[in-house]
Amino acid sequence: MSAVLELRGVTKAYGERQVLRGIDLEVSEHEAVALIGASGSGKSTLLRCIDLLEEIDDGDVFLDGEVLTDPAVDPVAVRRRLGLVFQAYNLFPHLTALQNVVLGEMRAHGVGRAEAEERGRALLARFGLEGREDDRPDGLSGGQQQRVAIARAFSGKPRALLLDEVTSALDPELVGEVLAAVRDLKAEGLTMLIATHEMSFAREVADRVAFLHEGRILEQGPPGQILSSPEREETKRFLGRLLEAGRI
Amino acid sequence: MTETAATSDRRLEREAAKRRKERRGFAIAAVSTVVVLGGLAAWVLTSPGWPEVRETFFNWTVFKDSFPEVLEGFWLDVKLFVIVEIAVLAAGLVIALVRTSQAPALFPVRLLGVVFVDLFRGIPTILLVYLVGFGVPALQLTGLPTDPIVLGGIALGLSYSAYVAEVYRAGINSVHRGQRDAALAIGLSESQAMRFVILPQAVRRLAPPLLNDFVALQKDVALVSILGPAEAFRIAQIIQGENFNFTPLIAAALLYLAVTVPLARVVERMGGGAEGVVR
Repeated sequence: MSAVLELRGVTKAYGERQVLRGIDLEVSEHEAVALIGASGSGKSTLLRCIDLLEEIDDGDVFLDGEVLTDPAVDPVAVRRRLGLVFQAYNLFPHLTALQNVVLGEMRAHGVGRAEAEERGRALLARFGLEGREDDRPDGLSGGQQQRVAIARAFSGKPRALLLDEVTSALDPELVGEVLAAVRDLKAEGLTMLIATHEMSFAREVADRVAFLHEGRILEQGPPGQILSSPEREETKRFLGRLLEAGRI
Repeated sequence: MTETAATSDRRLEREAAKRRKERRGFAIAAVSTVVVLGGLAAWVLTSPGWPEVRETFFNWTVFKDSFPEVLEGFWLDVKLFVIVEIAVLAAGLVIALVRTSQAPALFPVRLLGVVFVDLFRGIPTILLVYLVGFGVPALQLTGLPTDPIVLGGIALGLSYSAYVAEVYRAGINSVHRGQRDAALAIGLSESQAMRFVILPQAVRRLAPPLLNDFVALQKDVALVSILGPAEAFRIAQIIQGENFNFTPLIAAALLYLAVTVPLARVVERMGGGAEGVVR
């Protein structure tokens, strides 16, 4: 298996605050890797750095073996090969669900309107949003909005999809429908890097779980191993806190 | 059953009380209006100078005679307003885009944008009209306009472009950062993100403050009169000078109101409908 995404020694600081302290991580083709860790451990920053929304300080990120984090690389071209789903959906409020999905296809990928809309409708239907094409985001529930956002990120046929806490802003009863959409993409073999607080979901969908603590990946391995019998004290404490909060 | 009956009794009681309160409120408002306006009118109409003021400011004959001339001048105001407004909308947008851009290559232009806004927003509009209207022809350079109407329009345009650029900039900055992130994440370039995602959202929020500036500009067009063009205020002044009667100025004022009041109502209606835009 070849690595679709590869991070080598990635560091990132905001001013004095060191957020990432040397991240090494690989995500292979068709693999789903779950990033777990406390709030503020650097999960979101890591995903934003991969999508070049943030500039890293040191190290490198590779996509299909090509370096992304070189000043000579055009970030727009890189982002066209990746998909990113945000915690707060970040749908475009002035556009309908369908327009949200086709904007990138038409303007970034040069697909014609008819073709883009046909594909967009099919994608929305696939995520259970048939009949919602012409609704604006404020007329949709949180779960529906996040599914539109997933369709939008997936519409550009990304090599890898980055998911940033996609269920954290949702009411509990809406979490399931969004996770179902992610499960669906996993079944298709999409390469994914998933920052999540949903341990049961990580266990189910991820091929590998990586525990991020204070800007470092402390341990990684199959979900059963990391979530059931972690080696590091920090991982045990983190999982223990989640257990107390009834989140596992 | 009894419970429902009791509830509806209470309900009828409440509704009756609400109606009584509404009627009382209406009566108080009506009486208060009559007293205040009546008192004000009595105060003015019984003032010692009223007969003379009525003669010099509200003379019907003078009004009738001067109105067509003033109206003719007013068309110049309207034309100037429309042309300057269109130019201002375009120039303001360009200045705002330059000021919000982050490209290093645009640094000098960005600096120029800052200077432009500081300069033309900081100088009183009437002073700008003087400086441009009398200063530019004094240079005696060929190719520069010498028509006072054009020069006055340029002065107004400079002043209002600076204001409107800041309105645009505030609107652009008010769009949440996550919108730019999402636009970039789907593969749009910075300029595409601005065009398809940020500007369309900003413009919706901008309509009320922009219309506000429209109203102000419509009035300030009268400032061009100091350069001599025969617009409404200027003509009214001339007639006033000829027969020592201020009624033509009232005619001009009414004409300005005929445009600015409807504009203001439009602003209010858009302001009222803006809550859907502020998310």
